[in-house]
Amino acid sequence: MKTITLFLALTGLNLAAFADTENFDFKDPKGVNNVVFRTDAPLESINGTATGITGSVTYDAAAPGSLKGKIVVDAASLHVPNAMMQGHLQGAQWLDVSKNPEITFETASVDNIKTMDNVTTADVSGTFTLHGVSKQITVPGVKITFLKDKLKDRFPQLQGDLLVIRASFTINRSDYDINKGKYEDKVSDEIQLNLSIAGQAVH
Amino acid sequence: MRKKLRIFALLLALVVLGLWFFRGHNTGWTKNKVFNPVHDPVTGIDGSVEEQKFVPGVDFLVIGLGLAGLQFASSFIVRKDA
Repeated sequence: MKTITLFLALTGLNLAAFADTENFDFKDPKGVNNVVFRTDAPLESINGTATGITGSVTYDAAAPGSLKGKIVVDAASLHVPNAMMQGHLQGAQWLDVSKNPEITFETASVDNIKTMDNVTTADVSGTFTLHGVSKQITVPGVKITFLKDKLKDRFPQLQGDLLVIRASFTINRSDYDINKGKYEDKVSDEIQLNLSIAGQAVH
Repeated sequence: MRKKLRIFALLLALVVLGLWFFRGHNTGWTKNKVFNPVHDPVTGIDGSVEEQKFVPGVDFLVIGLGLAGLQFASSFIVRKDA
């Protein structure tokens, strides 16, 4: 009897450990999710936005270090105010979106975790892929906000939770084989990226 | 004929100016889509939503007014009205 009780208790603990892990879908039906990119070169400062964001992340609010997943940005959704500049940006000389249609980040580990109420900040490491080149990077100070039962506030017909991820980080385009050492007077090597995305887990 | 050409030139210039002004008096290039800023109050995310909309720019203005000017200029090479 004791064995059965112990087995049930352990099984219960195991189930409890996975019970709160939720899968958040980052395809936002409202289309608000975005990545803003900025280059600041001596002759030109360019701001652009990408809105074609998909992907999924598993997260347990009780164990923020469990964050795991992949975010995908449709490279063709990158846009800048100037139509001609957008053509160049997506063309073969720069991002070559027809050959490299996705920009991705896949998590590997989460460190330096600090949680206060429903907000966690952490350094998230993983594989960033741009222009067909993959590199291991660490994104410092990623802000993860867990909004329990708030899905209905966005979509009244749905019950569930929301996960908001915000991150700011810098990459060098030369690391991703994008016109290394060229045109730096107009497009800086350093590209600043600001990510603001929300995922939903339906109950 | 001369008078008609001048009236058409004036009308064309007015239409071009009116379209440009009332469709946002955009000082950039002509656009076929615009991105409207949106704020999601639940998540706090500020983003932009794409909208298909014709917004004439300075290129539209220059070409339209140029055509009106050409039409006006052409009125000088046609025979005077009787």
